[in-house]
Amino acid sequence: MANPLKCDLCSKPATVHLTQIVNNKVHKVDLCEACAEAKGVTDPGGFSLADLLLKASLTPDAAPPTPGTRCPRCGYTPVEFKKHGRLGCPACYEAFATLVEPMLANMHSGVTHAGKVPARSLERKSLYDRLTKLELDLTEAIKSERYEDAARARDEINQVKQSFHPDAP
Amino acid sequence: MPREDSTSLAALLSAPSELTDPGSSKTAIVLMTRIRLARNVVGHSFPGWAKPAQREQILTTCRDAVARLPQMKRCFNFAVSDLGELERQILVERHLISRELSGSKGGAGVLISRDQAFSLMVNEEDHLRIQVLRAGLNLKRAWTAINDLDSALEEHLDFAFSPTLGYLTACPTNLGTAMRASAMMHLPALVISNQMEKVVRAVNQLGMVVRGLFGEGSDASGSIFQISNQTTLGEAEEVILKRLGSVLQSIVEHEVNARARLLEADAGKLHDKIGRAYGILQNSYLLTSGEAMNLLSLLRLGIDLGLFPDDQRSLIDRLLIEAQPGHLQHAQRGECDAAQRDALRAVRLRAEFASFPRPEIRSANPGAAA
Repeated sequence: MANPLKCDLCSKPATVHLTQIVNNKVHKVDLCEACAEAKGVTDPGGFSLADLLLKASLTPDAAPPTPGTRCPRCGYTPVEFKKHGRLGCPACYEAFATLVEPMLANMHSGVTHAGKVPARSLERKSLYDRLTKLELDLTEAIKSERYEDAARARDEINQVKQSFHPDAP
Repeated sequence: MPREDSTSLAALLSAPSELTDPGSSKTAIVLMTRIRLARNVVGHSFPGWAKPAQREQILTTCRDAVARLPQMKRCFNFAVSDLGELERQILVERHLISRELSGSKGGAGVLISRDQAFSLMVNEEDHLRIQVLRAGLNLKRAWTAINDLDSALEEHLDFAFSPTLGYLTACPTNLGTAMRASAMMHLPALVISNQMEKVVRAVNQLGMVVRGLFGEGSDASGSIFQISNQTTLGEAEEVILKRLGSVLQSIVEHEVNARARLLEADAGKLHDKIGRAYGILQNSYLLTSGEAMNLLSLLRLGIDLGLFPDDQRSLIDRLLIEAQPGHLQHAQRGECDAAQRDALRAVRLRAEFASFPRPEIRSANPGAAA
């Protein structure tokens, strides 16, 4: 047999050939047995070709990673993202926005979330943000001897704390 | 020392569950509905990148939060590292954990509700994979149940979320709703009449994926397929579920039509297939897992066609799980090789089918009339 198909990941002869249609686009991947196994093609947990395409960076339009960037929270790098197809932590989405966001249109039916919102988590976050700001205001007010402002900030802080634990006396 | 009830797999296996109990298998074509949500705790690395201590911390945090949910009262609580190979395999065969979780290192765990309807994997690909399993086709009921559980969990955990990208997940393919909804379907007539490829293609076009019983790559053993949504970002949960629901409904219709056409074209041939399956299940001494699945599938089809009593469907559905290698070895109290398993499986199935009613094939095939 002349020119057998080569594995897309390691160039050994490919024995596993996959075709999947994602968002009306046909994607084909050829893999050797070892890579098919390693990439979980036989994994019942739910293998998807989109996932593999992402890992192999075969997805069209994906911007090349900017070297040198790191997620400020967890230290993850674009190189690792390319290798594993997974991100390091939730903050990576912001750190690597230019890398990830162009991929989404190919992967999903839209690029903006339209579903459930964790209302309670968000409410807690906004209360927490407000508390942080008020505490800062309080310190500032005391420092510059604006006692009326300080008293107002303190009252508001108590109010916010109350809404964190509405059952507390 | 015997393990506590909540960490004992034996207790789980003997507890009643919707999928293995009689009375639950009322639906002919859709065996079960499953919805899973991926959730991550804000400010923590995803499990794949987290250090061992961070994984342990997430496991403790999630366990504490889950323990406070009324739905998870007296739940089973397993650390993957405490489970033996066989025990993990059993949980995979019951669709309670993924194979990825079963192979994971430290800090991975699963919490399973008493009735096994809910299963919450901790430190799989995401901090939490929340799953609900329901017998039959019931996307609405499954969604209500998991939505409530998720909202209750949110009282105790801050989930990583972005207003534009939705729930933030380790893999961008799960962003947005982070929801994967699926149905396990028994489609023997579409398989026999070689129509599955056409169905797969059509389903793909509609943004849904078809996999074998145990996922992509697993064959169509038992003619059982999982159909699930492919994309998670850009549409609300209800919209995705509605689309999936109508795809499932149309597959059900195709299967029903394919059955009718098979009977119309050559009922004798179909009855022969089912009758032979019955004979083999009663008389074989070696059965591979794949062959057993295919035979059980044919008997299930026989029940749907009225050749066997309807109340036998739950036995078939239970055996589809219990004839799997993990369950078989566990019942035998020890690991054994594939050849021994095939013998064990045949013993088990011969026993189960010894008293199974004979097929009632009313009209003999037309050719025999003369």
